[in-house]
Amino acid sequence: MFGFGYALVPLYDVFCEVTGINGKTGTISKEDAEQMLVDDNRVVTVLFDTNMREIPWEFTAVERTVSVHPGQLGEATFVIKNTSDREIVGQAVPSIAPTQASIYFNKTECFCFTQQTLAAGETREMKVRFIVDSKMPARFSALTLSYTFFALPDANSVVKVAEQSERIKI
Amino acid sequence: MSEAVSHEDHHDDHDHKPTGIKRWLFSTNHKDIGTMYLVFALIMFFVGGAMAMVIRAELFQPGLQYVDPQFFNSMTTVHALVMIFGALMPAGVGLANWMIPMMIGAPDMAMPRMNNMSFWILPFAATLLIATFFMEGGAPAGGWTMYPPLVLQTGDAFPFLIFAVHFLGISSIMGAINIIATVFNMRAPGMTFMKLPLFVWTWIITAFLLIASMPVLAGAVTMLLTDKFFGTAFFNAAGGGDPVLFQHVFWFFGHPEVYILVLPSFGIISQIIPTFARKPLFGYESMVYATASIAFLSFFVWAHHMFTVGMPLTGELFFMYATMSIAVPTGVKIFNWTATMWKGSMTFETPMLFAIGVLFMFSIGGFSGLMMGITPVDFQYHDTYFIVAHFHYVIVPGIIYGVIGGVYFWLPKWTGNMYDEKLGKLHFWISTISVNVLFFPQHFLGLAGMPRRIPDYNIQFAEWNMISSIGGFVFGLSQLILVWVVIKCVRGGEKATDQVWEGAQGLEWTLSSPPPFHSFTVPPQVTDASAHS
Repeated sequence: MFGFGYALVPLYDVFCEVTGINGKTGTISKEDAEQMLVDDNRVVTVLFDTNMREIPWEFTAVERTVSVHPGQLGEATFVIKNTSDREIVGQAVPSIAPTQASIYFNKTECFCFTQQTLAAGETREMKVRFIVDSKMPARFSALTLSYTFFALPDANSVVKVAEQSERIKI
Repeated sequence: MSEAVSHEDHHDDHDHKPTGIKRWLFSTNHKDIGTMYLVFALIMFFVGGAMAMVIRAELFQPGLQYVDPQFFNSMTTVHALVMIFGALMPAGVGLANWMIPMMIGAPDMAMPRMNNMSFWILPFAATLLIATFFMEGGAPAGGWTMYPPLVLQTGDAFPFLIFAVHFLGISSIMGAINIIATVFNMRAPGMTFMKLPLFVWTWIITAFLLIASMPVLAGAVTMLLTDKFFGTAFFNAAGGGDPVLFQHVFWFFGHPEVYILVLPSFGIISQIIPTFARKPLFGYESMVYATASIAFLSFFVWAHHMFTVGMPLTGELFFMYATMSIAVPTGVKIFNWTATMWKGSMTFETPMLFAIGVLFMFSIGGFSGLMMGITPVDFQYHDTYFIVAHFHYVIVPGIIYGVIGGVYFWLPKWTGNMYDEKLGKLHFWISTISVNVLFFPQHFLGLAGMPRRIPDYNIQFAEWNMISSIGGFVFGLSQLILVWVVIKCVRGGEKATDQVWEGAQGLEWTLSSPPPFHSFTVPPQVTDASAHS
């Protein structure tokens, strides 16, 4: 049963991927995306939301919203800037709201697929290409794509832990 | 007889045991180990109780009076851990150690050395846990459920918390293995499974629950440990993990744990009620099957602890209906206990009072549990004092009353002396009045919106909190009566007969009071007439 506890981890991921319940977005190959049927009759508005968690960066979306037809490839641009004086590795974690729509939202290209390393003061523009599945029910007219950038632990993390235990001291 | 011959031939080891501290340190005797478990549980009950007193003192009035919020949160966290893993579970294992060999006609537990080890792990584990109060960053304060990412902010205490949980888990798994091995292999001739006393039955089922669920908790907390210190990302969103996953894994353990705690109590009152109603237990078979069904279903309801995390509708419906379905076997049990008393020649000695207390007040907790099992209304009750009232109603007058009732029930058998009935009844009535003054108002506080685990509160909650705190202080102090009754009984008193209670039936009552050091050296023959009460 100890092993079962660990087995729950991949099981949970598979379960969430199949049902789309934890709001994580999926990926799709460019070829598959181009073959998708476009539904010209309706428009889906995708709103963008950017967050940072314990990372001294600036992170903004160039467009606030993008409107696409389901099945049509959409594109958005995001900008990150490292405002600190050291190199930092960051990882963006995407999520979709409402979560029930997340299985219909797929990306062909995203800066969240890889870690982003920014030198001190460096700025980077990044593209996201996404496609909303034409099978998505019509009750979803707007989706929010939210990204949170996390700092990945590196050599500085030891310092961070020390800072943290300093902070919670009573 | 041959026994007399062996006396002369070689050294008779019948009652031979080391003396002094060695008797306890190296004990392989189920009674001595059972006693140590019970004493340990009692000490932990007062340690955890003292923390509860700090909580109630702080909540006596709105505003911050005695402790700072961080320490208050440590109190709620460690109170829960100490009570669950230090008091309730060892008390159950202690009673099992004492009673199971005597009830099934065995000389001792099947694995006496493991029995010794499973007990002696406990003081070390408890020390690890309580020592965290003196560490940099303070004791764990993220709640006993240890949800990440909050729990990862624990200071130096964090690895101690994890290892304490590991050790407590290992101890209870060893206890469970021992109980299963004992019951499966050491029953007296004629003691078939369907003749086992219900306390033994509930403990077998509890033991299987322990073996199935404790390792899952061990896995979950190990993942926390590696997340914090070794860079894994099971629950860290930055690395692709999901903190909600922890809640699933935790409650996959946590819900069966609820029944690990309560089933032994159900077993105890299934022994007590027939004794004092002077009637056989109504629906013995249905009791066994109901207990097994509760245990089986307990693995399919875990997500009712987390209805508000954002589950899909189908998930919430599934867990709602699964939760409701547990009320059916539980209702069977409540019905059977009531039917056992129906037209019985009842007397109300202290154990019976506690058993009836369980019946009434566990049902109150059961009903508020049903209320929270209904998904839409749970959104209002979640993380309020309503849930605090609910689980304290099932734990305090449901489980602790069962254990205390069992102690009063078997104390004359253990010591050979009758306890002071007057003090026992006084203990029951003061406890029962105060426990309701303590926990019933918390329902109102919860419905009015008072959140749990908060040291300060809005002025509108002041009155019920004050009443609740008064009930808490009285309840806490009244438990000293129990200690006094036990000490008095151990030291002497009216001699108990072998049967002790007029209506008592079963093998344990055929032994002398106090029983011999090794319970049944010659296995008794069990017949239909001498089987379960």
